Amino acid sequence: MTLTSLIFFPILASILLVFIKDDLRVRQFSLAAGFVEILLALPLFTYTPGGNVFQFVERVPWVPKWGLNYYLGIDGISLTMILLTILLLPLCVLCSWRYIEKRVKEFHICLLLMASVCIGVFSALDFVLFYVFWEAMLVPMFLLIAVWGGPKRKYASLKFIIYTLSGSTLLLVAIIAFYTQTGTFSIPEMMKHNYSFTFQYWAFLAMALAFAIKVPMFPFHTWLPAAHVEAPTAGSVVLASVLLKMGTYGFLRFTLPLTPDASIYFAPMMIGFSIASILYGGFVALGQNDMKKLIAYSSVGHMGFVTLGIFMFNLRGLEGAVMQMINHGITTGGLFMMVGAVYERSHSREINDNKGLGKFLPAYMFFFGLFSLSSLAFPGTNSFVGEILVLIGAFQNNYWVGAMAIPGALLAAAYMLRLLQKMAWGEPSSVPGWHGAANKKKFDINLREWAYLVPLALLVIYLGLAPGLTLRTIDPSLNQTLSKIQTLQQQPSAVALNIE
Amino acid sequence: MRFMIHFGPELYQFVLICAIYAVSVLDKKSNQWIAWAALAGVGVAALSLANNGLFLYDAYKIDALSQFFKLVIAVGFFIVALNGKVLSTVDADKRVDYFLLLAISAWGLMLLCSAVEMMTMVVCLEISSYSLYALVPIRAGSREAAEAGIKYILFGAAASAFALMGYSFVLASAHTSYLSLLGPALSVANPMGMFGITLFLSSFFYKLALFPFHFWCPDVYTGTGNETAAFIATIPKVGAMAALIRLIHVASPNMALTDTLAILAAVSITFGNIAALVQTDVKRLLGYSSIAHAGYIMIGLIAGTAAGIAASTFYTMAYMMMNLTCFWVVCRMAPNGGNVSLDDLSGLHQRAPMLAFVLAVGAFALVGLPPTVGFTGKLFLLSSAWGRGYDWLIIVAAINTAFSIFYYLNLVRYAYTAETIQTKAIDLSRSAGAVAMILAGLVLLLGCLPAFVYDMAFVAGKQILP
Repeated sequence: MTLTSLIFFPILASILLVFIKDDLRVRQFSLAAGFVEILLALPLFTYTPGGNVFQFVERVPWVPKWGLNYYLGIDGISLTMILLTILLLPLCVLCSWRYIEKRVKEFHICLLLMASVCIGVFSALDFVLFYVFWEAMLVPMFLLIAVWGGPKRKYASLKFIIYTLSGSTLLLVAIIAFYTQTGTFSIPEMMKHNYSFTFQYWAFLAMALAFAIKVPMFPFHTWLPAAHVEAPTAGSVVLASVLLKMGTYGFLRFTLPLTPDASIYFAPMMIGFSIASILYGGFVALGQNDMKKLIAYSSVGHMGFVTLGIFMFNLRGLEGAVMQMINHGITTGGLFMMVGAVYERSHSREINDNKGLGKFLPAYMFFFGLFSLSSLAFPGTNSFVGEILVLIGAFQNNYWVGAMAIPGALLAAAYMLRLLQKMAWGEPSSVPGWHGAANKKKFDINLREWAYLVPLALLVIYLGLAPGLTLRTIDPSLNQTLSKIQTLQQQPSAVALNIE
Repeated sequence: MRFMIHFGPELYQFVLICAIYAVSVLDKKSNQWIAWAALAGVGVAALSLANNGLFLYDAYKIDALSQFFKLVIAVGFFIVALNGKVLSTVDADKRVDYFLLLAISAWGLMLLCSAVEMMTMVVCLEISSYSLYALVPIRAGSREAAEAGIKYILFGAAASAFALMGYSFVLASAHTSYLSLLGPALSVANPMGMFGITLFLSSFFYKLALFPFHFWCPDVYTGTGNETAAFIATIPKVGAMAALIRLIHVASPNMALTDTLAILAAVSITFGNIAALVQTDVKRLLGYSSIAHAGYIMIGLIAGTAAGIAASTFYTMAYMMMNLTCFWVVCRMAPNGGNVSLDDLSGLHQRAPMLAFVLAVGAFALVGLPPTVGFTGKLFLLSSAWGRGYDWLIIVAAINTAFSIFYYLNLVRYAYTAETIQTKAIDLSRSAGAVAMILAGLVLLLGCLPAFVYDMAFVAGKQILP
């Protein structure tokens, strides 16, 4: 019942929210709901790595005639993603405390629904149930951007929904095709079957399109900067920290175990796209003047590392990929919150309008520095662990792939340090929001901002210094994910020869 | 008299018609009771679900399929009757007559669900159509309504002529008009019979507004009153589907009809969605959307299995619920009975948050987004037809979801994000709001827990194709 309660508690809370009138009460109630959700998640810590492949399993017939089940369960990969989602919920409420001024109630309803469907996506073990959550996510996210977004919100929200929906239409066809092949919608049972190569070929393409758009990988990434820039802070955080992970989670959960032959066959293409994402995201981020846009493009690069790790087909690569998924969620989420905090003060997201903050916002710059360093994978921070694992995986797989990903790490340092340097040092900007700031202490982060930055900062350091527990939790699941592919690779067939 | 029990829903509807007639003669004013009488009709239809038998010289079959569709029609008629409580575009002394015509049309469609003989089908269809011919132009002082009425009659008359001509061909070549005997007689070796049944089918495609029989649909929706459009958009299509399910399963195994159907469905889906992209009138938009949905509904019939028929049956019900939900909002938006454009929806979330929410549920259901009934229905349809030789159709249907999101989303975008042009709050009565929420709730509930209704549809499908 743990997973069900985690999915339905936010829905219940959002229904109760309808009856609350006062804005402040709405915020307090949502915050309380976030904490209750964390309490409800405590049983998840009894997850035993190396135990059953899927734990906390719940299975109730849903539409018996079609063999549809309400079938939930988690492995190590989904566990980390669910914990990340749940942690971010109260933080998102906190970081919207001032930022969201109109239609406060509806905003929090969307936020709670978003949390609920994200947990659903990561815990569904029935393919249709997965698709239900996967698509249901579109509506609250669309509203978050379209209603509370910036000046170009209409354009951004429309682009977001058309892109992501177009991608997932063929995913539904793939699900149905899998059903026709196996007679079941249950994912663990589908994993036991073997499929012909032609079938895998098309199924892979249909699924990869949906997942690649969500990640987003290089040629399909154009919706992301628009959506990120226009979305409100909490929207950007959910988008970056949870939503993008759904794409890479899809690759791990579905494409690798269900279509191993096709995954190997298409790996060179996917690796190419990943490296293109890393380099392209990095170069474009270098030239941005808008802080949010810079972080958005850096997301494209970071997610490139994740997909690169996945398609290395070795344990180090996958470990790195999952670590990067977690890290990107923490670090980029933190950075978006920080940009939101600065925007609340200066009402500008231009880097040039927010220069020289180190002089009068010392605490703010401490956190910003920490998250920036984490974003460029500085040793000792969480991203270093993820990135080094991905790179080890890449070098194990193929020397050249690893070599081509290295400049991505350099680029990350270049654009993040440029941002950090401009914001911390230099002459303070003359934007009205900063007038008189130098003399007053009150501009620095307040208690509420401490409250949502400290947990993320602690995680940055914890995962950077002691990633062992996390790795031990995810390893058995990753080996499970890899099992089919690695057997295929050890007995090279005509298809498998395409990759060295 | 005992055997009259079998005819529960249609008998009740007939009694209701007589009662409305009596009231229309005696007292021109009171129409408030009709909706509640229709609600009782839903109860009767629900109680008669298990009836079965063959009556009236074997021309009238009561089975799971007919009873399911009668229940759907009864529900639809109830909602339409509720919807028409305030008929601002109809003169006060004509309102009872308006309901009389509506009730007769619904009655004809109920009879159509049970018709298993071609002449009976034609007669039932005409009972339903003739009252609609009179209904469409009733919109006080509107030239567009008159135009719509003429269009509807002309297209309808042509369709009836097709049906009768087809009937004569089938009768001449197969020497029977009973569907149960028709199967073996229709084959590629019998081109006259094939031609005849194709003509006959086309009159039902016309009701369903399947491409290329769709031309009347957007014009009539736009021209006629909002309440009438709500009826025409939903319930005649339910009746036509009941007849089509019986006809196509007779006709398709022996002929190359399925290919044609698949092409028509694909073109219908694509054309409807693309044409809807540029519409600014909400009713016209829904008109094109219903052309697309006619194509979706056909997918289950193309599958040619019990599961496929069940999926089509389920989707017909889903289609009716989704459209009635949207039309309910449209009718509430225009208390004076005018047409509603996308601009009129601007800022709806401030003027009537409840209506905006209900419209969003209806629109997202029409797109086929979970967890609405539109998604479940589409899932069943696509799953039933995959791997049966028409995989390309499934892919076309799936990709079309991406086309359609734009215009359905427009409804939501205007309602939620556009700046308010009119600041006037919409006068929404408590009961109208409650019905709106119930409709939206049903769309969501049937999407989350479809098993109960789908099982009923499945029994109906099994009956047709064991």
